[in-house]
Amino acid sequence: MTAEEILNLLVEQFGKERIAGANLEAIDPWVEVSPDAIADVARFLKTDERTQFDHLNNLCGVDYCEPDEKKQKKFGHEPHIEVVYHLTSYNLKHKITVKVVLARWKDGQVGSLPEVPTVSGVWKIADWHEREAFDLVGINFVGHPNLVRILCAEDWVGHPLRKDYEFPLEYHGIRGK
Amino acid sequence: MTWIEGRFEENVVLSTLEQAMNWAKESSVWPMTFGLACCAIEMMATGASRYDLDRFGAGAFRASPRQADLMIVAGTVTFKMASRVRRLYEQMPDPKYVIAMGACTVGGGPYFKHGYHVVKGVDLVVPVDVYVPGCPPRPEALLEGIMRIQDKIRARKLGRSAREVTPVPHHQGMAAVPAISHTLEV
Repeated sequence: MTAEEILNLLVEQFGKERIAGANLEAIDPWVEVSPDAIADVARFLKTDERTQFDHLNNLCGVDYCEPDEKKQKKFGHEPHIEVVYHLTSYNLKHKITVKVVLARWKDGQVGSLPEVPTVSGVWKIADWHEREAFDLVGINFVGHPNLVRILCAEDWVGHPLRKDYEFPLEYHGIRGK
Repeated sequence: MTWIEGRFEENVVLSTLEQAMNWAKESSVWPMTFGLACCAIEMMATGASRYDLDRFGAGAFRASPRQADLMIVAGTVTFKMASRVRRLYEQMPDPKYVIAMGACTVGGGPYFKHGYHVVKGVDLVVPVDVYVPGCPPRPEALLEGIMRIQDKIRARKLGRSAREVTPVPHHQGMAAVPAISHTLEV
């Protein structure tokens, strides 16, 4: 299936308000899905005969934010966070990219992580990918079986790949800067 | 002919205890198998046949810190690893030596500015005897570092009040021979 056919299928299945947008001109054509629908969309894309997306290539978090005030004018994005899912079907040999757009902080409260339902029940590999996205970008995957840090130490403070992350001055008595 | 010559049988070697001990120690510096990143590849090359660390008696990589004299910190030390490095250092028996191999362990290297997870030099965690710069250092550079460790061992004194003089490497890369170190005379 082409990306356009997949988009039409998703809109037909889930409705226009849950499939929030799409860009079919991009090198990797993507479909934007509303956060509450992502688990259902993922399960549909995997199990439906027409799509059969049995392989999650990659799941990553992206922080759109420019902490430098001077550069903010040229930045061109509202501050937000995206979760990106790259899907491939081995049987049908087609690809699609699915995106979920989240606020940088839940309810605008700095420190409370944005939430998105987990897809680790759909693709097993999403377990570790989601732990990495949680660890480095700070996204709370609701329903994840074991959402703990995977790369940083357990007692690490903050999420290092956030653009406004501040480096620790000290960690367990070791100078950090 | 001085008074002591000709007073011993054949095959008798004379030395000071200090020299003999230092000679034994410097000729069997056993490093710990301890590679953290890409520098470890260069360390392995140093141990392999082309550069042959065994020529210096330092080729017996031990898998246990209990049997090691030398810790070659080869690679990026992260904050997560730092406590483990410290523990391994403390598990080594005295006398123990540390080589900081490569830019990351010397001072953070390419991660100095933007690496949130990298210790800015392993000397913040364990005391370092010899720094080997490079990214990664050539095997020759690591061999040079091990020879500097041997110089330090050769300069060790047994006496309680004797001052240890750290040998200063000559600017040509040749170490000044410490005053106590004569080759063993047969």
